[in-house]
Amino acid sequence: MAGKGRGVAAFTFNIEALGIGRGSMPEARNTEFKPVPLKAGEEEDYMLALKQEMRGTMQRLPHNIKPHSNKAEVEKYTERYLKQRQLDDEEWTPVAKKKTVISRKESEDVLSKLEELAKKDDTNPEKSDDETEKKPGNKEEEEELEAEEYEEEDIEEDNDYIESYFDNGEDFGAGSDDNMDGEATY
Amino acid sequence: MTAQELRLCGLLLREHFGEVVAKVGTHLLRSGAQNLRTIIHETGISLDLVKKSLCVLVQHGACVFSSGRKGPGSPTEYQTTCDRILRILRYPRYIYTAKTLYGDTGELIIEELLQRGDMTMSSTVKTVADRLTQNMEEGRSMEYNEVSSTFSNLVETHFLQRCPPMGGKNDSATPAAPANPTPGASAAPVRTELPTAESFPDCYKVPHVTLIGRGKRQLSTEDGEDQRNAKKAKMDTETHGDEGIYWQVNFERFHLYFRDQAIISAVANKLDQTSSEIVRTMLRMSEVTTSPTATCTKPLSANEIFRSLPSSYNIPRPILDQYLTLLVDDPMEFVGKAGESGGGMYVVNLHRALANLARATLESVVQERFGSRSARIFRLLLRKRHLEQKQVEDFAMVPAKEAKDMLYTLLSENLVQLQEIPKTPDYAPSRTFYLYTVNQLPTARMLLQNCYKTVANLIERRLFESKESKRLLEKSQRIEAILASLQASGAEPEQLTEVEEMITAPEKQQLEALRLHINKLDSAENQVDETIFLLESYVKSTTTG
Repeated sequence: MAGKGRGVAAFTFNIEALGIGRGSMPEARNTEFKPVPLKAGEEEDYMLALKQEMRGTMQRLPHNIKPHSNKAEVEKYTERYLKQRQLDDEEWTPVAKKKTVISRKESEDVLSKLEELAKKDDTNPEKSDDETEKKPGNKEEEEELEAEEYEEEDIEEDNDYIESYFDNGEDFGAGSDDNMDGEATY
Repeated sequence: MTAQELRLCGLLLREHFGEVVAKVGTHLLRSGAQNLRTIIHETGISLDLVKKSLCVLVQHGACVFSSGRKGPGSPTEYQTTCDRILRILRYPRYIYTAKTLYGDTGELIIEELLQRGDMTMSSTVKTVADRLTQNMEEGRSMEYNEVSSTFSNLVETHFLQRCPPMGGKNDSATPAAPANPTPGASAAPVRTELPTAESFPDCYKVPHVTLIGRGKRQLSTEDGEDQRNAKKAKMDTETHGDEGIYWQVNFERFHLYFRDQAIISAVANKLDQTSSEIVRTMLRMSEVTTSPTATCTKPLSANEIFRSLPSSYNIPRPILDQYLTLLVDDPMEFVGKAGESGGGMYVVNLHRALANLARATLESVVQERFGSRSARIFRLLLRKRHLEQKQVEDFAMVPAKEAKDMLYTLLSENLVQLQEIPKTPDYAPSRTFYLYTVNQLPTARMLLQNCYKTVANLIERRLFESKESKRLLEKSQRIEAILASLQASGAEPEQLTEVEEMITAPEKQQLEALRLHINKLDSAENQVDETIFLLESYVKSTTTG
């Protein structure tokens, strides 16, 4: 607020004095008066060294508590898409469940079993469908299976949402997360 | 507590204690006193992490706990204030002061206590002795009782104090009851102030500690480590007679010392070395007799001052009297005359000195940001209180147009205020006096907030710079580690140069530039803290004095 007053005043001043075009706003607000240089001396150097040492030590002491999840700063390519899918999971599942990593064969068995059950009982509520569709965890599931599931969803869930755009190229793990497709993605 | 203070506290906590503690701490700062459940619920952090964070905050004196407001049965509430957290900025200054006063031993004692929050005397002594031994040459080590004596000196001069025993204000089991007694049968106890360390009479008593031995040098060979660890496990069960007595750094005492230093150096700058020595003597004599919130020191007679002057200053008595008269007559009013007995009774005006130092800071800020003519106008307004536009132009000897421009600039920066004095009840502008004025205290407060903002910006910029070059920093660290291990295992120079060349020349340049920037930012933080100290002391003195 106060800065605007000062900046505008300096702007008009600069135009006249320095002939700067209208477009170039001076980056530093107050270019007439430069800040005084820092004090430099033995005392200041020593305190600087103390400060930096202390910072290093404090970060190594046990009372520097790190959060539980230690993510590597540099994400691996695969991790990014795993995370994305996990994120979508948590956001879109009506019933929040912990994802368990199941082996491919196991999940195929489970899937087939559930499909049987689902076919037996057509009026299953959405809940079991979600379970069915969620169980195929993170693996290279064939699209046929997915297509099947999509159809099931469309038929059984009776959604108001249109089938969302599904881009195979982007999602690692081929987007077997079907909850994402069942509802509109933005 | 303002937004700037909150932001700065968050950054300081994050730098020193990590993300989690920072989150818990800032939450407490923002929401006031809360119990454990509420904290967990509102921050979304797990129970054990919250517990650990609270432990860390309590140990460092940043958080206090007391039984809840709803009565003795309600869960304990935790409360944080930002003052203690802002002190983190001043740690280097405390450590450096201890070094100048008590040497390396004192420096390490204060450093250990600042890093750990609080410690028992025995563990401090042992750790410091080990560290000192580490830096000594082979075969020599530091005696425990040397360190203990330095520790006792620090306690005697009140730089260290015992931590107040835990238990909150409703703990009637403590024998040394806090200064404000809570009424016994109150259903909703009023939140009185929690006892400070000084409300307990024993806070400066050194316990009797049996501590005999020497510092241990850490051996670099692996066998040595194992042996030491085995021995260490046995040694740690030793008791030294001071269990449960924890010590902390007494920040207020350091602040008094800084204040005295500021006054002495101001006198030295304004007058001369001898005057500053006289003032230093006066302050030294009044160290123990002056309370921390006193407006001025106890009166000292000129005879006493003469006797206590350091022997290197051989000034004759009449010259001392002349110096004292000079000091009294000086417009800065550092020294005042309180009577005529004993050759003249003199006091050091502490609060007035602080106010003058703060005023000088404000004037300097205006001068550096707006130029010397604006500074002249500012000083004029400080002295003359209320002035009209025309009067400002005349007194400051500045042409009307420029004076107007400068006044409006200062007004927009809120350094100068406009006071309206109506001549008629309808406040018509043509019939109203508009007077410019400067209020020192609110202006000082505003600049203090600016300082907090400045330091927060400096820290953020430093973090940003480090983050930008994170990869490069990691690479250089790895290469240094490789070099170190190669050198330790005795490698040929070619191998070393090969490893060194893994960092290219432009990368080296970049690293060097980064180092320079970070040093500058760190140094700037330290120096802004000096201004913060002055302004804080001034603001505090006006509330108590």
